Amino acid sequence: MEKRTQFPVGWLPYALVAPQLAITIVFFIWPAGQALWQSLLVQDAFGIHTEFVWFENFQVLFADPTYLESFRVTAVFATLVTSLGLGSALVLAAACDHVIRGARTYQTLIIWPYAVAPAIAAVLWTFMFNPTVGILAYGLEQIGYHWNHQLNGGQAMALIVISGLFKLIPYDFLFFLAGLQSIPKSLIEAAAIDGAGPVKRFLTISFPLLSPTSFFLLVVNLVYAFFDTFGIIDAATQGGPFRSTTVLVYKVFQDGFKGLDLGGSAAQSVVLMAIVISLTVVQFRYIERKVQY
Amino acid sequence: MIEHRPGFTFFCHALLIASIVVVAFPLYIAFVASTHTAGRMFEFPLPLLPGGEMLHNYATVLQHGVAGASTAPVGRMMFNSLVMALTIAIGKIAISILSAFAIVYFRFPLKNFFFWMIFITLMLPVEVRILPTYKVVADLGLLDTYAGLSVPLIASATATFLFRQFFLTIPDELMEAARIDGASALRFFWDIVLPLSKTNMAALFVILFIYGWNQYLWPLLVTTQEDMYTVVIGIKRMIPGGESSVDWNLVMATAMLALTPPALVVLLMQRWFVKGLVETEK
Repeated sequence: MEKRTQFPVGWLPYALVAPQLAITIVFFIWPAGQALWQSLLVQDAFGIHTEFVWFENFQVLFADPTYLESFRVTAVFATLVTSLGLGSALVLAAACDHVIRGARTYQTLIIWPYAVAPAIAAVLWTFMFNPTVGILAYGLEQIGYHWNHQLNGGQAMALIVISGLFKLIPYDFLFFLAGLQSIPKSLIEAAAIDGAGPVKRFLTISFPLLSPTSFFLLVVNLVYAFFDTFGIIDAATQGGPFRSTTVLVYKVFQDGFKGLDLGGSAAQSVVLMAIVISLTVVQFRYIERKVQY
Repeated sequence: MIEHRPGFTFFCHALLIASIVVVAFPLYIAFVASTHTAGRMFEFPLPLLPGGEMLHNYATVLQHGVAGASTAPVGRMMFNSLVMALTIAIGKIAISILSAFAIVYFRFPLKNFFFWMIFITLMLPVEVRILPTYKVVADLGLLDTYAGLSVPLIASATATFLFRQFFLTIPDELMEAARIDGASALRFFWDIVLPLSKTNMAALFVILFIYGWNQYLWPLLVTTQEDMYTVVIGIKRMIPGGESSVDWNLVMATAMLALTPPALVVLLMQRWFVKGLVETEK
């Protein structure tokens, strides 16, 4: 889609896109190309000798049990965060759509955690669950449940899921609420006249009409769970205990920055790139039909 | 309201209030913790009401930071975060609106190629190109600088799309009238497009300010000097592995300070926030 008349072309349009393109090339495309290239190389410990090895890094990677474990951890984390986030946000949005008095106030008080950095949310929840000073850990102790996420992998996972949900639920909530509010009232009223109660109306009318929103949110939530949770993991568990919370993004960082395994880390980056690209393609192919290129 | 169902309505209110309490609880506990002495944190029963050390704790972290933690004073880190968030928000808006203007109002060779290049940035978050990007920034000598903290995050496909979509809705007649009156492209941009884009810019600013303030991985990579840390990464340095020596009251005071600016932005500019969130992702 274009304007039917255009300004005369000179150097101006190039100058206008230049800053954006310069940053894109220098900080996005060039490094991504480097990652692709390095994933095919093996470097010795001193960085003197480099050898081209085709896909050996990938073979090593997928033969590495800790990497496969990291895949499993990521899958568990993403599934929990996405399903709990979508589920509770939908229920809250439906409740907020139903009530009339105070709906605006409820909305404000539900969405504010979106502003909290994931790492800060992780610090808040880590404090609450801290085995020595945490009020929730103390409360659980009182009812006979021993909490120590520094030793128990399942509890560490629960901690990062809770911290991750803190930002995700407000986000999903806003989109579901907007979706619910855009459903024509006449449909709901017709169903009510036919005798359908609020729950029945929700299940047979609102929920099906929300499916585009839900699908969009599913993709966005997966991207969030895969890529935006680095801060949570680093602040709350550092991937531990015993790698039980080492998700893919955290492993790239550990292997590349702490372990200085250049080829292996680049190969992991390429795998992650493939994941983002497929998620983005799904998002734009099936959801974003309004944007035309 | 469609029908009168007091029971169900009551249930909805109860559910909403319960969830608000759950969400606010950590914030309240953090606030309470930030108003006590460090020693009080280890006494049972744990404090549930604010204590009297609030001013002292906040003044301590703002001016001196936390003893034993290798961070700059929180005041300094808040300043770094502010510079970073503002540069990212304003920079992204500026370069995106320019490139969107070029893409919508000019037909020039390589236009689609450029558009695709910008689109590709969506698929390359920092997390998937950590090491090479770090190397580029290091080679350019940008480690531990504000430019290094913000410029690599300024490219934005979503903001460009948003402005592009908006420009396509501006009536063509406006541009034709401007051209008949002899306005150049830049004058048309400055006098017509920019004023019309104000609401979109405000909405984007809110979202991008929060995005910039809350960055974690990138500042972690490019800062090595303590006085260049942002507050979001600084707070993690205050919680070392060994549990015993953590001054939780000061850490929580820092957490409160770190989350207040973006939370205020959301609360005070809620209308823009909702608009920005829904439209950038659409």
